[in-house]
Amino acid sequence: MRRKADWPRPIAGLLSALGRWTWPVLVPIAGLVLWWLGTKDRPASLVPPPVEVGRALWDLAAGGLYDDAFSATLITHLLASVSRVYGGFLLAALVGVPLGLMIGRIGVVRSMFEPTLQILRPVPVTAWLPLAMILFGIGPRSAFFLVFLGAFYPVLVNTTFGVRSVDPRLFEAASMLGASSSAIFPKVVLPAALPSIFTGLRLGLGFAWVVIVVGEMTGVQTGLGAIIMEARQLSRTEIVIGGMVVIGFAGFISDQFVQWLGRRLLRWSPQHA
Amino acid sequence: MPDGLPILEIAGASKTYKTRAGDVHALTNASLTIGKGEFVCLIGASGCGKSTLLRLIGGFETPTAGGVKMWDALVTGPGPERGMVFQDYALFPWLTVRGNIAFGPKARGLSRKEVRAGADRFIEMVGLTKFADAYPHQLSGGMRQRVAIARVLANDTQVILMDEPFGALDAMTRERLQEELLELWQRTQLTVIFVTHAIEEAILLADRVVVMTPAPGRILSDNRVGLARPRDVASPEFNSVRRELSGLLMSHAPRAPTAARPLLRALP
Repeated sequence: MRRKADWPRPIAGLLSALGRWTWPVLVPIAGLVLWWLGTKDRPASLVPPPVEVGRALWDLAAGGLYDDAFSATLITHLLASVSRVYGGFLLAALVGVPLGLMIGRIGVVRSMFEPTLQILRPVPVTAWLPLAMILFGIGPRSAFFLVFLGAFYPVLVNTTFGVRSVDPRLFEAASMLGASSSAIFPKVVLPAALPSIFTGLRLGLGFAWVVIVVGEMTGVQTGLGAIIMEARQLSRTEIVIGGMVVIGFAGFISDQFVQWLGRRLLRWSPQHA
Repeated sequence: MPDGLPILEIAGASKTYKTRAGDVHALTNASLTIGKGEFVCLIGASGCGKSTLLRLIGGFETPTAGGVKMWDALVTGPGPERGMVFQDYALFPWLTVRGNIAFGPKARGLSRKEVRAGADRFIEMVGLTKFADAYPHQLSGGMRQRVAIARVLANDTQVILMDEPFGALDAMTRERLQEELLELWQRTQLTVIFVTHAIEEAILLADRVVVMTPAPGRILSDNRVGLARPRDVASPEFNSVRRELSGLLMSHAPRAPTAARPLLRALP
């Protein structure tokens, strides 16, 4: 048997591309097959077969199949969710990063905020739902707040960790080279903490996608979470699953984008390069 | 010792750390006078205070008694005139080789042009021109240590403090860097204070070998190495200095566990 390296170049390229694409799709295909086997020839099944979900997704995106209230509404819901995810996430970053930097660097701020935040952190976003609806009313503002809350803690915790775990040698090196104590923060702490901050932002954005359904349980009319809740009440399980698929892919694409950004910005860091 | 004012004067310097288990005397009453251009090695077993003494000179720690003076001025903190080369390099991982070397000049507010020209000169001096735009994680240990040396040179340092700088390197790389360091030292007028636990390294490099002993950490003796340079580690003269120094070190070393002794004797 010939080794891969011995094949002529175009064929070797094809083989390696095949390898790259074969393994990742193997598991989803197996899942789809099992799902299909488990639901075919069972018209009473509560779980719709994959084809049904595919049709529902098609109708959701382009319409023309069922012509009901869900038809061709996907882009509206997707945009609504994306704007909430990114809006809540950006606000979380805007508050979480500076607060994390201060907690990590300034003792007074740490003693002031850390105990409170440590107690608030284990409270799940779902538990905040009723209170959010009282505080912010039924509608998009509550959704926005819940998404913010989901993204906030990963950003805060990782930023604090990044600042606190800067190698003290680097402070010594900087001051030995003549950096003033006011220059230490922008020239050493910030760049050294950047990989952790970035990890926090990535996790935060991931969590924003995770909590979007909860966020959109607050009685908003649009959003992927909203159609899932509505489809559930109408027992349209194929639309529920379709919404789940869309959230999965949207979160995946947004994470890929963030990772790409990280590779570009943190080329120096062995963890990101 | 050259005439005139010594570049460094350590007078009765002590450092005691308070711990829960009681006071730890890392360094007791150390006095040392170092002339400009001297190459001094601090040698001793771990816990003898050699690194503590170096860190006091660097200004990273303040002595609990006594003091360190440079050009007759009390050392109160780290500064560019006393450049430290750490064993673990302590390079800024987010900066390229050039960025690391330019860090000091930039921090001291030199113009962009001066910074660039100075950095390039020292990158060339340590032979890293091809790697000027590489990041530290892309370099070997030896190359990283070259960057660390260039970084303090580019900052117009007068004294280079080296804390077991070649300890983490393989033998071949270590030898090359020792040679390069000697060459550099002979070419410049730098004063070098070099901490090591390797007797051979100390004799190869130093004008003076300061032997230190642990518990409590203190200076035992200050020995001038009279060997002509370049030094030959295989020569009988080198060997006799080595024997003398290891005798000094062994006389104060803690006894080896008895179980290990027969094994030591059995070795050829």
